[in-house]
Amino acid sequence: MTDAAPPLLRVRSLRKQYRSGDTTLEVLRGVDFDLAAGEFVSVVGQSGSGKSTLLHLMGLLDAADAGEIELDGVRVDGLSTAGRDRLRNTAIGMVFQSYHLLPEFDALENVLAPLMVRYGVLEWLRVRGAARAQARGLLDRFGLGGRLHHKPRQLSGGEMQRVAIARALVTQPRVLLADEPTGNLDEATGAGILETLCELNRTDGLSIVLVTHDAAVARQADRIVRLAAGRVEDALPAAQRLAG
Amino acid sequence: MYKLLLCWRYLRTRWIALASIVSVTLGVATMIVVNSVMAGFSYEMQTRIHGILSDLVFESHSLSGFQDPQWHMDEIRRAAGGDIVGMTPTVAVPAMLNFQVRGQWVTRQIMFIGIDEASHAHVSDFGRYLQHPGNRTQLSFGLREGGYDTVDSQSDTTLPTRPALEGAGWPHRRMRVERERVWREKLDADRRATHAATPVPADSTRSVDQQVDAVLAATSAGAPAVATVADTPATDPAATGKPADPFRQARPEEGTRMDPAQEQFTGIVPGIGLASFRDTSGIDRFLVLPGDDVKITFPTSGTPPKAVSDTFTVVDFYESKMSEYDSNFVFVPIADLQRMRGMIDPQTGIASVNSIQIKLREGADLNQVRDRLRKVFPADLYAVSTWRDKQGPLLAAVDMEMSVLNILLFLIIAVAGFGILAIFFMIVVEKTRDIGILKSLGASAGGIGGIFLGYGLFLGMVGAGAGLALGLAIAWNINRIRVAVEWLTGEQVFDPSIYYFYRIPSIVDPFTVAWIIVGAVGIAVASSVLPALRAARLHPVEALRHD
Repeated sequence: MTDAAPPLLRVRSLRKQYRSGDTTLEVLRGVDFDLAAGEFVSVVGQSGSGKSTLLHLMGLLDAADAGEIELDGVRVDGLSTAGRDRLRNTAIGMVFQSYHLLPEFDALENVLAPLMVRYGVLEWLRVRGAARAQARGLLDRFGLGGRLHHKPRQLSGGEMQRVAIARALVTQPRVLLADEPTGNLDEATGAGILETLCELNRTDGLSIVLVTHDAAVARQADRIVRLAAGRVEDALPAAQRLAG
Repeated sequence: MYKLLLCWRYLRTRWIALASIVSVTLGVATMIVVNSVMAGFSYEMQTRIHGILSDLVFESHSLSGFQDPQWHMDEIRRAAGGDIVGMTPTVAVPAMLNFQVRGQWVTRQIMFIGIDEASHAHVSDFGRYLQHPGNRTQLSFGLREGGYDTVDSQSDTTLPTRPALEGAGWPHRRMRVERERVWREKLDADRRATHAATPVPADSTRSVDQQVDAVLAATSAGAPAVATVADTPATDPAATGKPADPFRQARPEEGTRMDPAQEQFTGIVPGIGLASFRDTSGIDRFLVLPGDDVKITFPTSGTPPKAVSDTFTVVDFYESKMSEYDSNFVFVPIADLQRMRGMIDPQTGIASVNSIQIKLREGADLNQVRDRLRKVFPADLYAVSTWRDKQGPLLAAVDMEMSVLNILLFLIIAVAGFGILAIFFMIVVEKTRDIGILKSLGASAGGIGGIFLGYGLFLGMVGAGAGLALGLAIAWNINRIRVAVEWLTGEQVFDPSIYYFYRIPSIVDPFTVAWIIVGAVGIAVASSVLPALRAARLHPVEALRHD
């Protein structure tokens, strides 16, 4: 790893705790984490180790209690709500375990949703053609060209997750954050999704952070970061971990 | 953009929300119908009030009135010249009307109003409310040679509900005179027969009326009993109620003999309610017809006033459909009334009047002109009022009735607002995860709130739109609906004999309708504010975890 190029995503001593009545649950106790541009990193850990919380913090869905997050060398943890909303819409793509598609929209509209969020009505009418072409292209690429106008409930789990990935990519984000994307899928379908992610990483140079508790899934990544009790236990290249 | 699309999708997929706006629809429809019908009634009433009262009424407090109306009119014109279109003097005094029905004298309390037949119709809608088509174009106090409307000219029915007016006018008068003559001759003959102690064959099978009818039929079958007056009174100045010989006119019974079959007394136009009543089948029955003579007792203008009586001939009926006027007013030529009351100064020949009716140009500010005149004329001598002032309490009562109804009906829509509030909260809970998803895609809190506000707006517009369509459909077809309801239930919903209207009046005021729509949509939006705020404040991570 060279020091010359700053990491795409840089997390330093990130802390987060949740209060529920009198009890305080410290989820992250000073996490340090780097993601280089074009890198594919798995974050593994047991349930409750804080890996999802880390992902939410990096995805700017939640605010940390302490620590720093930099995206492309710019501090993003202290941004205003509007600033965070904008970054989520433009620089970060997220994929979730339970797909999180909007049931009222069909596949194509779900993919277009982030762009519809970005543009007002008038702007949208101007960019609509290009946006639709782009979304259609992504869905075609994931083998969903024939299912553009199916509602989520008419799609299988694998198809829904591929729609979700297309939605995450339609904004051409700097980084893709995936939270257990194969968790709800059978092994073969999950492998397909994972293959899609690897291929995106290889051909498009997409930077990916994949959170999972499944070692087999984690091994597909360039590097594995293990979280335990709110801290990074070790950070090893995947190959090295396999050897060890 | 996503907001619009989502609102649209929610609108199409959440039927429960549409159920919540049915009450908005019903509320809007009811408000439109009630306001239209109330406005219709109010308009009819105001038209009729305005029909008898001119825009401004200039009166003296004294019953004797003020001298020299011409000078007053010149002064009024000087004070408010630009706004004045026409003026006419009137004399109004309380009086008693007496007429004979089948030998019995009927007395009615009236307001006896002297009007200038040439100019009065130009100042108010007076002429419109008369029963003879000729009098509607130009009023005349001369009796007409028939031609009175048997169909109510102000209704849309074509049924002749006033068959009695068929023979009214000179034919009726001649028939009456002839009938009296036959009657008298029969009485004389009977009396003579009794006196001579000669037994008369009793004709007990026929009533006295029928016997007289039989005699009349026998005479008219031969030669006409009375020479027909060929000239219609409108074109004959000798028959216009102002004969050349004033003394014969003033006291015809005491003075020289007059032939009632060919001549008339001073013409009067009583309100139709004084002379008629409506029976249960909707037919108007008349106690007095044009052509009949009546007696009127009224005060002179001296101090103290003395009651004087005179005989007059009914020449037409006045029907404004305001029962207050129709059963109270009797109109007479102003010059005759002035003379009979002694309102003409014997030395100068200058007459006095009670009031001057003033018509203003279209769009003139009534209150402003009134105030200008009040400044010029001392308030302890003259009262200047607009026609609205004169009927202030009545108009105010109707206005208040309308406001109270509107408030009550608007509460219905407000109740609907709480329904929307409850259902929106449900929808926000149901859509919590979707809200999380949108936030993870970068939607702002404002944007999320906007979805639900927009949804409320859409719902309000759909509800109010449906209510608008329903309300207008009912308001425009209210009489057809009334007929249908009457046919279905067999009961009369709207009894024209009570209201004096033949159909339910309905006026849709676009401004009122616009306010109702704005209010209803406003309530729908206002009730979605709280759920929208709640949605906007949802934490994205918690929302995403929501099941």
